[in-house]
Amino acid sequence: MDLFKFFSKETPSKDVAKERLKLILIHDRANVSPQFLEMVKGDIIRVISDYAEIDESGLEIKLTRAGEQGTSSPALVANIPIKKMKEFGR
Amino acid sequence: MGVAIVVTSGKGGVGKTTTTANIGTALAMLGNKVVVVDADTGLRNLDLHLGLENRIVYNLVDVVEGTCRLKQALIKDKRFDNLFLLPTAQTKDKTAVTPEQMQKLIDDLKKEFDYIIIDCPAGIEHGFENAVAGADRAIVVTTPEVSAVRDADRIIGKLEAKGLEDHQLIINRIKYEMTKKGEMLNIDDMTDILAIKLLGIIPEDEKIVISTNRGEPAVTDENSKAGKAYRNVARRIMGEEVPFLDLEEEPSGLLASIKKIFFKK
Repeated sequence: MDLFKFFSKETPSKDVAKERLKLILIHDRANVSPQFLEMVKGDIIRVISDYAEIDESGLEIKLTRAGEQGTSSPALVANIPIKKMKEFGR
Repeated sequence: MGVAIVVTSGKGGVGKTTTTANIGTALAMLGNKVVVVDADTGLRNLDLHLGLENRIVYNLVDVVEGTCRLKQALIKDKRFDNLFLLPTAQTKDKTAVTPEQMQKLIDDLKKEFDYIIIDCPAGIEHGFENAVAGADRAIVVTTPEVSAVRDADRIIGKLEAKGLEDHQLIINRIKYEMTKKGEMLNIDDMTDILAIKLLGIIPEDEKIVISTNRGEPAVTDENSKAGKAYRNVARRIMGEEVPFLDLEEEPSGLLASIKKIFFKK
């Protein structure tokens, strides 16, 4: 088992723990409720819909941290799949 | 005027009471007049850690309710004349005392003692509010587990919201062998995540179980690694610069002892 681990280069569990903790703490510290995210999501759909046809079921918005490493300031990241741009939007 | 320090953690079972008993005893060993206060009404345990459970007559709730005077409720330690315990009630719940009453009590103790160490209950409810009410400083205890670190962060937020900015971290039950393999959060990981000043690192030590069994804090045992780490914490609380223990230099266990014999460095 240990030999297998040696070759597979599995991420040490403490790094997994650290990554999980960083994300959890961003949520805890920001004290953002799921309702808040739903509200933001609704408003984004409304605004973007004027310019493009979007796949509402695929829209994802989450709280994460800005930057790659170290920085712990929270960031809202939205992933908005576009079906088709509207004429008006071009 | 003494200093009141609350020992808190959020999560239960991380070693708040062990820490309170050991720091209190170590500060007394260094010549301070110390009182350790059990704020865990209904689930008192600090008396057990000090081996004083048979000497309790009055308690903190009796003092607050005016049933007895403060001096009557203070129990002198078996070993050190300058160490006292203020136990709490076992048959009442946390609502028996208000934060205002607690503040008054701690202020009274500060006139008599150099250090007042308050053992906070787990949780963030009424018991926590009471325990931090009269405190000047806070010690946050955590262990290298995700749940304990998360709760510690929440507690730090609560302390700051109360204006208790003087807070420091004790990382308890570190297993050096596991951190070396990358299978346990290490000191840097935790101070990085929590952004709080480090007061102490306490290695995992079986002697803690033994000392709790006997009701004798580990700081009184010269051979206990955890005891040594707690003695260092006490000196840091008094303002002394003490380097952190090098956990690497003291491998434990039978295998390590055998290794030491055959592979001398």
